[in-house]
Amino acid sequence: MSAMVSQVRVELPFHLRNLAKVQGEVRLDVPPPVTIQTVLDALEAAYPVLRGTIREHGTGKRRAFLRFFACATDYSHEPADTVLPEAVAAGKEPFMVVGAVAGG
Amino acid sequence: MSGVRVLVGTRKGAFILTSDEKRQDWKIDGPLFGGWEVYHMKGSPVDPNRIYASQSSSWFGQIIQRSDDGGKTWYAPGGEELPDPYGPPAGISNRFLYDTSAETGAPLTTHQWYDGTQHPWEFKRVWHLEPSLTDPDVVYAGVEDAALFRSTDGGKSWHELAGLRGHGSGEQWMPGAGGMCLHTIVLDPTNPDRIFVAISAAGAFRTDDGGKIWKPINRGLRSEFMPNPTAEVGHCVHRIDMHPSRPNVLFMQKHWDVMRSDDGGDSWYEVSGNLPTDFGFPIQVHAHEPETIYVVPIKSDSEHFPPDGKLRVYRSRNGGNNWEALTNGLPQSDCYVNILRDAMSVDRLDSCGVYFGTTGGQVYCSPDSGDHWYPIVRDLPPVVSVEVQTLP
Repeated sequence: MSAMVSQVRVELPFHLRNLAKVQGEVRLDVPPPVTIQTVLDALEAAYPVLRGTIREHGTGKRRAFLRFFACATDYSHEPADTVLPEAVAAGKEPFMVVGAVAGG
Repeated sequence: MSGVRVLVGTRKGAFILTSDEKRQDWKIDGPLFGGWEVYHMKGSPVDPNRIYASQSSSWFGQIIQRSDDGGKTWYAPGGEELPDPYGPPAGISNRFLYDTSAETGAPLTTHQWYDGTQHPWEFKRVWHLEPSLTDPDVVYAGVEDAALFRSTDGGKSWHELAGLRGHGSGEQWMPGAGGMCLHTIVLDPTNPDRIFVAISAAGAFRTDDGGKIWKPINRGLRSEFMPNPTAEVGHCVHRIDMHPSRPNVLFMQKHWDVMRSDDGGDSWYEVSGNLPTDFGFPIQVHAHEPETIYVVPIKSDSEHFPPDGKLRVYRSRNGGNNWEALTNGLPQSDCYVNILRDAMSVDRLDSCGVYFGTTGGQVYCSPDSGDHWYPIVRDLPPVVSVEVQTLP
């Protein structure tokens, strides 16, 4: 692994862990800059079955019922090229993909 | 030894029910894809081990699953390819993009919304999968918002047959309460270029050239909820079925009215006859008797449950109009479930089996063409679809 490449931790919701056939957090090698987009690109490259489940096919927009959290901050409405905190890039804090809650 | 495999899609996963030809003892497998909506599963007529499933979620979108071993193991075709780890996502798995290309696509990008304004076409989910009658790698998908897609590589990639959406009336199509979905795909076994589809709430359409050119086939339908009840499009067709020996004879359960066509959909006439109500969702033709058809009357479009709390399948043995209630083994009091449009099917064993699933989670079987019924299972999640494979 290049010294420039960060190992980013990604936390996925239950159904996406099942789909990707992973348990616990996913660790991804992400080249700089570590942004929302580069993390999701790396995630989809490593787990192609997740394409379209977090970002819409075609538009690349975040799916409406999903949220992106990191370091106690909501990044859901930030532009895709937003640089994530150093703690995420350093693997100290996870980038979290969270499903919206549904009652009933 | 022959047998049957019943593929059940529910609001919270899929189940596979298997039995030998006696259809007395059943093995229940599932849930598959637990927690996801499975709108439809269907096996290839030429390779019963090949099964396609539509797995979807409001959270995570659409996944197409495929099994090559009769449902024992599953994978998302295309999702297994590993692209350049630092490149953009290269795969095309599960991607349903409307074709707006100048060469093959339809420029149309809007349809009528509930308030009468034009609204962009937005993909939501696959309602129905229809495998080819001749090639296990070819499969059609009917989707919401209404369009028809085809895969020729076993579900890895999907391409819209855009002539349907762009044939001319698309901007008048409007969603019903359940969304604007293409839910019925009927393939003509005698003519691979002829396909029938149905859309809620647009109506029925037919292509005679393999999907390039489409035309509405709704003459004879009457829908009182429309400003012009006999308009060319706008009808809420719920389901169409055909017996493979007579591809020009089609049976339709409409929002209201049970209809029949004897000319490949060019014209329709009503065969509701003595039904207690002609509202309902599924319609099914017997495996061996082309004039024997089944419906499940539902009280009304406002009350989606059987009349009088009695779950009754109705059978006509002469192509409609004369119907008999089939009740033996079905609950005849306090039953308020619904039977959705894709939730009825038949097997092709000598004594034709009839099956249906309910929103209450029961899957019923009649191994004798509807004379006697019993529940295979009682407590599944709400059943969305039932398909049956007859195994050699």
